[in-house]
Amino acid sequence: MIETGNRTGSMGEVAEVVGPYEVAPFGHTLRELARTDDRIVGITADMGRYSDILPFRDAHPDRYFNAGVAEQNTIMLAAGLAKVGKVAFAATYAAFLTRRALDFMAVACAHSKADVKVIGGAPGLVNPYGGTHQALEDLAVMRSIPDVTVIDPCDATELRQVVTLAARTAGTFYIRNLRGKVPVVLDDSTYDFRIGKAREVRAGSDVGIISTGFMTARALEAADRAAEHGVSVGVLHVPTIKPFDRDGVLEFAASKQRLVTAENHLRIGGLGSLVLEELYDAGEAGRPTIRIGLRDRFHPCGSQDYLDAMFGLDVPSLTTAAVEGRWEH
Amino acid sequence: MTISVATQVEVRHLEQRAHSLRRRMLRMAADKGEGYIAQGLGIADLLAVVYFRELRHDPARPEDPGRDRFVMSTGHYSIALYSALAECGVLAEEDLATYALNGSSLPMSTFDETPGVEITSGSLGHGLGQGVGMALGLRLDRSDAKVVVELSDGELQEGSTWESAMSASNFRLDNLWAIVDCNGIQADGPMVLDIEPVADKWQAFGWQVREVDGNDIAALVEAFDELRPLPGPKVIVMRTTPGSGVPTIVARERAHFVRVADDEWNRLIDELEENRRD
Repeated sequence: MIETGNRTGSMGEVAEVVGPYEVAPFGHTLRELARTDDRIVGITADMGRYSDILPFRDAHPDRYFNAGVAEQNTIMLAAGLAKVGKVAFAATYAAFLTRRALDFMAVACAHSKADVKVIGGAPGLVNPYGGTHQALEDLAVMRSIPDVTVIDPCDATELRQVVTLAARTAGTFYIRNLRGKVPVVLDDSTYDFRIGKAREVRAGSDVGIISTGFMTARALEAADRAAEHGVSVGVLHVPTIKPFDRDGVLEFAASKQRLVTAENHLRIGGLGSLVLEELYDAGEAGRPTIRIGLRDRFHPCGSQDYLDAMFGLDVPSLTTAAVEGRWEH
Repeated sequence: MTISVATQVEVRHLEQRAHSLRRRMLRMAADKGEGYIAQGLGIADLLAVVYFRELRHDPARPEDPGRDRFVMSTGHYSIALYSALAECGVLAEEDLATYALNGSSLPMSTFDETPGVEITSGSLGHGLGQGVGMALGLRLDRSDAKVVVELSDGELQEGSTWESAMSASNFRLDNLWAIVDCNGIQADGPMVLDIEPVADKWQAFGWQVREVDGNDIAALVEAFDELRPLPGPKVIVMRTTPGSGVPTIVARERAHFVRVADDEWNRLIDELEENRRD
């Protein structure tokens, strides 16, 4: 198995991954898909190593294009390739794609419903470079562009299923890429990712945590800890930010006394905002809801564990929110 | 320039096509009452050469995967592209009369849903990169189709254009052409940011370059013929006159977006006929 990048949580410090994990699930999945689908091509912007696409490159070098440090051109190449019948996977850092190449994703890809799958690495608060490299707003930005499917997978199992389904589904996708050693949380034999479908991954009656991305794994752990305090916590995993599973969220929320949303993203325009919009529109806005997410500021450098604890994305913060109905951040 | 008798006949035929394109553009602009007519008239000669000499395409099958692609990056010159597509039979005559009207399938700036239109454009700096992607994909499929990208001098101010130019020579794309329409005008007036020397820039980025008068069909034909056998991406830097063929529009002070009085359009069409070159 080819090792690329580092642990999802950190570029500078390779932390231990506790429990089972897979290495570079995106790249290995793409390589396997490309064996039987010769439409698949891969493009990067001098981030092949750090976007986990090298397993694909090594198996299919003729279908791999490195555009250099040029995100705009990376997305344009992907759009052009899609327009002659390819399924183009464009992979680099989420921050560079969603900020610098946004016009090209909107016009060259989404407007044309082009078969471009944008794979954004290091999304949210996951590396020690600071604000330039942290895509804290990518979900809000991509969600606001018409005709883009936006997905924040929670683990290696889901990422593999997402990439597989994206390759077989027409249109423009934005997929957050968990890189390097990616934890396995969901069981591939029972979990079945569907575009636009939320999944209740833990039943519980008192409090409902609605989570996306790797926050779902933490939500499950927080549910365990809450149970020790006598609080029954259900967890709804929402991998697809758009199209949003309005009905699934409303149904889950209906039976809970309180709600907590959890995302590795700014509180502006992400999952929490989306949940509240839908609850409000459905006349269900009265339920107490805590939104766990990042404050409106650029965040400092630091290891994953340091940042998670400082900004309240860690399991203790989630547990406190679920058990005590408060959150400090 | 010495050209053969056969080519003289061909050039005369293309000049007739260019005249017809200009006439269509004026009629569309008259129906709408406005349009990017100066730029459209300026690239009429190029479009005649491209659509009636250089492109391998079947107007009855505009989606044929084996077709040569013409990518118009300056989406706001759509009036010129629609004229060419109607002239070669991709668009119906009656469609042209709807140009930029409410609910039209021929918007002021191009959408790729329109038959024969390859990309949605109007946001500048989008055409060349998508052309590079198309050329890469066609080469991967061992297709002998080529991609011809039109872009404007103003687009050379977009950094994305140069990212794409750099990548095209790196990927050694023999099947990619660029045509730079240097008409010297942009939205705020004559070139607000100097982009010269244009030809030297493309050469430095690894392209095969020819620089011609873009309103001289014989010169355009010769440039295509000279560049065709050369390896790598090829670019024609063409100097055009906005409003070419209609002196009144040429005389408007380097007009980026022409508005004329309602009763003036017929006089402009008469002027075009008086000044026909073919």
